[in-house]
Amino acid sequence: MKKKMVTALLAVSMLAGLSAVNVMAADDDTITVGFSQVGAESDWRTANTESMKSTFSEENGYELIFDDAQQKQENQLTAIRNFIQQEVDYIVLAPVTETGWDTVLQEAKDAGIPVIIVDRMVDVSDDSLYTAWVGSNFKLEGQKAMAWLDAYLEAKGRGDEEINLVDIQGTIGASAQIGRTEGFDEAVEAHDNWTTLAQQSGEFTQAKGQEVMESILKQSGDDIDVVYCENDNEAFGAIDAIKAAGYEVGGEEGQILVMSFDTTNAGLTQTLSGEITCDTECNPLHGPRVEEIIQKLEAGEDVDKQAYVDEVAFAADDTVTKVTIDGTDYDITPITQEIIDGRAY
Amino acid sequence: MKQRKKMTSTGFLLLITIVLFFVMYAAGMVIFADKGFAKPQMFLNLFVSNAGLLVISCGLTIVMITGGIDISVGSVTALVCMVMADLMENKGVSAYVAVLAALLIGLAFGIVQGFLVTYMGIQPFIVTLAGMFFGRGMTAIISTDMISIKNELFLKWANYRFYMPFGSTNKKGKFIPAYIPPTVVIAIVVVLIIAILLKYFKFGRKLYAIGGNRQSALMMGLDVKKTMFRAYVLDGFLAGLGGFLFCLNSCAGFVEQAKGLEMDAISSAVIGGTLLSGGVGTPIGSMFGVLIKGTISSLITAQGTLSSWWVRIVLSALLCFFIVIQSVLASAKKKKS
Repeated sequence: MKKKMVTALLAVSMLAGLSAVNVMAADDDTITVGFSQVGAESDWRTANTESMKSTFSEENGYELIFDDAQQKQENQLTAIRNFIQQEVDYIVLAPVTETGWDTVLQEAKDAGIPVIIVDRMVDVSDDSLYTAWVGSNFKLEGQKAMAWLDAYLEAKGRGDEEINLVDIQGTIGASAQIGRTEGFDEAVEAHDNWTTLAQQSGEFTQAKGQEVMESILKQSGDDIDVVYCENDNEAFGAIDAIKAAGYEVGGEEGQILVMSFDTTNAGLTQTLSGEITCDTECNPLHGPRVEEIIQKLEAGEDVDKQAYVDEVAFAADDTVTKVTIDGTDYDITPITQEIIDGRAY
Repeated sequence: MKQRKKMTSTGFLLLITIVLFFVMYAAGMVIFADKGFAKPQMFLNLFVSNAGLLVISCGLTIVMITGGIDISVGSVTALVCMVMADLMENKGVSAYVAVLAALLIGLAFGIVQGFLVTYMGIQPFIVTLAGMFFGRGMTAIISTDMISIKNELFLKWANYRFYMPFGSTNKKGKFIPAYIPPTVVIAIVVVLIIAILLKYFKFGRKLYAIGGNRQSALMMGLDVKKTMFRAYVLDGFLAGLGGFLFCLNSCAGFVEQAKGLEMDAISSAVIGGTLLSGGVGTPIGSMFGVLIKGTISSLITAQGTLSSWWVRIVLSALLCFFIVIQSVLASAKKKKS
């Protein structure tokens, strides 16, 4: 009896399923975008997601299918395969890992769906597997920060002084670390009176940043002029270590000048209080730039393979308000409470 | 009498799982017809994305039938992927040797863990917990970097497609045949072999007998230890093979890979009608457990606005449901005897 009922139920549900095949939804001109996001591990990531969601909203003529991969590549592979079957118009991928995308991107290409990579780059054998990449120019971030440092020291009359720098690097191999370290190294190279005292990874965390800073302070605490932290969390750790060792943080002579990246809310608050003297932005608001690319593709135009998001930098004071790199001017904004309150992340 | 009773509860749990899967999938086809749910490829993708998990769940089903557990399989998968990637990319070894290494790693885990559980009498949870830490640790020792597999032969396997005679037409009216990669073929063959092995061979029947009641199995004169040892070895081997299939899907090795895969495998087995107390369960059921998990995540992705964490919540609800059914069955069994 039970079995019969189950069989009947099964038959009915299958029938319902089959009949539904014919009821395809009428297609209009909304653009469907499937977005596979890494997860929600940091404020930066959340701001990134929010930017996508607000850009690809219904009011703007989009349908966004959002998938949170919970830090797992296999979830992203599944999500992209689902997007392909759903016949989305565009796939936006913020990859968890840089590797392992060849197969699934090939499937997307075969289905004729353009893929736009955001944030991290993917390492694929064939560049044509993705249409475009949107992200931060990490090297430019580093260059901006170092150009600011140069101008700042000059303005303080320390342009010819011997300056000793410490670089607390990010997780080795991460694109943010590579770019920011490059910017640092090039600037130190270009100045005869600048010396790198130590260059060590703080793995982008507060705890490790503090630990690394402590050990560097023990070796050469009195000599350090500048600490270049490759993200805000490391800077928090480094500042704690510097204070605990009895030194002062700040931009004046005799103090240890701390520089940082990412401009998170907490980072900018520290900038406002003067503990971080210069904080360079890593902009998570990728939505508008991705939309720009999609609109170009819709219009049948060619797009650049790499697109950078606009990024700014904030300083604790107005000693330096502009730096020039390769002929382009970049503003350095003195931080205020209003700016912090007005930011999306 | 006892034997018949057990088979019926196995059959009943299996039936619920299969029905649940078809109802869920049919519901998906109704609600999300315009999101590709009705396409044959969407169904096949359940296998494509979960080929490794299918094989690993089969292995877990075997040890769970004996009343044991194996939580090392996720780490074994990560280790297998890393070793394969490292061998092929950094050591220049051929893809065949890398596959052999993968299977040997699985076997080694199975033999060591099986020995400790059966002959040393240590709790399987603790033994495989150690295996889990060891596997993940070794993966990090080999390399903390991500290694991308670029070996030509390996990529050829990964990108090979068996095209089906059926398919679907896309928006532009182009016919796209459905396909499966070799991983799916291997996974299905493994599930079938294990299903036959458990149902029609002495080894399988001994497993059910041991899991059902170890004491009476001993008194019947069954070689309990040897059989259990073999179960763990087979489970380890399948974890190695599953890791290889997983690697064919991801084409990369890195430390964080397959984190929590053991829990996916265990939950799939439970949803598929495997009793944690042992004696009941089938590989076919576990396969449907995996498919249900895949269907839930497809449904949630298709819905588009729900957070993908809902997959976990729905899974937990399903787990509760199945555990309640299991305990009802178990108490009914107790009353009878």
